[in-house]
Amino acid sequence: MRVVSSAGPASPVIEIKQASKTYRTADGEVVALKPLDFTINDGEFIVVVGPSGCGKTTLLKMIAGLLPVSGGEITVENRVVTRPHRNVGIVFQSALLLPWRDVLANVMMPVEVKGLDKDTYRQRALDLLKMVGLGGFERKYPWQLSGGMQQRVSICRALVHDPKILLMDEPFGALDAMTREKMNVELQRIQRETGKTILLITHSIPEAVFLADRVMVMTARPGKVDAVYDVPLRRPRTLDMLSDPAFVALTQKIRAHFSDSHLD
Amino acid sequence: MASSGAGVIQRVLNSAWVRPVLFIVFMVVIWDVTIRVFRIPPYQIPAPEDVIKTLWLEWPKLLAEAIPTTEATVWGFLLSAAFGIPCAMLIAGSRTIESYVYPLLVFSQSVPKIAIAPLFVVWFGFGMFPKVLSAFMLGFFPVVVSAVQGFKSVEPDMMDLAKAMEANRLQTFRMISFPHALPAIFAGLKVSITLAVVGAVVGEFVGSNNGIGFVLQRSIGNFELPTMFAALVILALIGVILFWILDLIERLSIPWHASQRHDIVMGA
Repeated sequence: MRVVSSAGPASPVIEIKQASKTYRTADGEVVALKPLDFTINDGEFIVVVGPSGCGKTTLLKMIAGLLPVSGGEITVENRVVTRPHRNVGIVFQSALLLPWRDVLANVMMPVEVKGLDKDTYRQRALDLLKMVGLGGFERKYPWQLSGGMQQRVSICRALVHDPKILLMDEPFGALDAMTREKMNVELQRIQRETGKTILLITHSIPEAVFLADRVMVMTARPGKVDAVYDVPLRRPRTLDMLSDPAFVALTQKIRAHFSDSHLD
Repeated sequence: MASSGAGVIQRVLNSAWVRPVLFIVFMVVIWDVTIRVFRIPPYQIPAPEDVIKTLWLEWPKLLAEAIPTTEATVWGFLLSAAFGIPCAMLIAGSRTIESYVYPLLVFSQSVPKIAIAPLFVVWFGFGMFPKVLSAFMLGFFPVVVSAVQGFKSVEPDMMDLAKAMEANRLQTFRMISFPHALPAIFAGLKVSITLAVVGAVVGEFVGSNNGIGFVLQRSIGNFELPTMFAALVILALIGVILFWILDLIERLSIPWHASQRHDIVMGA
């Protein structure tokens, strides 16, 4: 079930030890996530792929400290997660920008909330915006931007307080196919430049293989890890690699996990 | 020549204030024609010209009577906002409070407030206070309902994001929930202000010796129908002007909202 990463000696950033989640409903207990063991190393790009209801969002929220674990534990940077902490930045499927704040003010939101030094982080916010290709858009409002641009702003917001980990829950699910491919290339570059550890959730198998160092395949009801695959493609990856035999072989291998069920 | 003349007419027709004015003129003409065709006697419906004449002659007096009505309306409205918005915050913020208060609030709305307005006279006598209270009673509910809806319509993911940023309750409210609820709050306030006018007039009906409501009642009693219609016009004007002021405040305070913006979305 667990494949050892070939990344060599690396320090673990996120350690998931027998973490599980059960919800209590009127009909009794529902297992959302079976006990799961997984270690994510510093600077790794992990993509979780699986059908709806396989507990991948639950896993992400537990790592962020938004949901308590029902059993086991999760440690981030050797600290057990019990509540939200500043080691993570989160990007959701919807950009969730505040329409009354301009782009810069939206990116600065975590800085304001956490009471960090505004002048220092303002420069960082501007640098981040420049990095994602939005230099000069600081004073625009979210509704003046396209969907892809909005999502780039929300990535900057997740990174502004310099967290170690970026958690992304289907971040490009609402974008059209072409913008999505562009954003995948962009995200790969962002990771290379920032060196963040990224955990990304997706429904798209090609997206998973394109982005990941390791792909975690999950199955639904109750959610559990089916397999973990190393992606043998070198970096930086280009869109040409989508037709690389190794790429195609791995997507087919992953797709086979869902042949009896279906991705929705 | 002809085309430029048509262009001018087109432009005048397209300006915002022309259409309602044209419609009013149209209605007045219909009104006048109806009275003539069906020979409706003036003690049932007065002719438009009599109403306009009365408006013209009694303008200073009507305006003087409009002041206490407007005052009662504005105070009632301000009280509605001052109590309605915090009340909505509590209801939206706590399931427990909601379960206790909300059904009671809805129930209280089923009581015809016009029926209890005389009680206010019994309790508080004649004068400004019962009028304000009556305006408040009518204006309060729409503010609460809209504001609750506004506070509750923040996306759950947005709340998770705030939590992940380690925002406390006050920060979440100040930075997210309150601005998010503002458009809904304004929608409620707009309904509230028109109802507050009704409330103030009801208050004047049952216990007052001044105000437009008082003029209305007296003129009905004396069969002075042109005066009564003139008073109705004044009342409508009060409502329109207050609504318009509120609309202006809304436009200034939430320029970012979809209903207020006039900008082009950029590509890519």
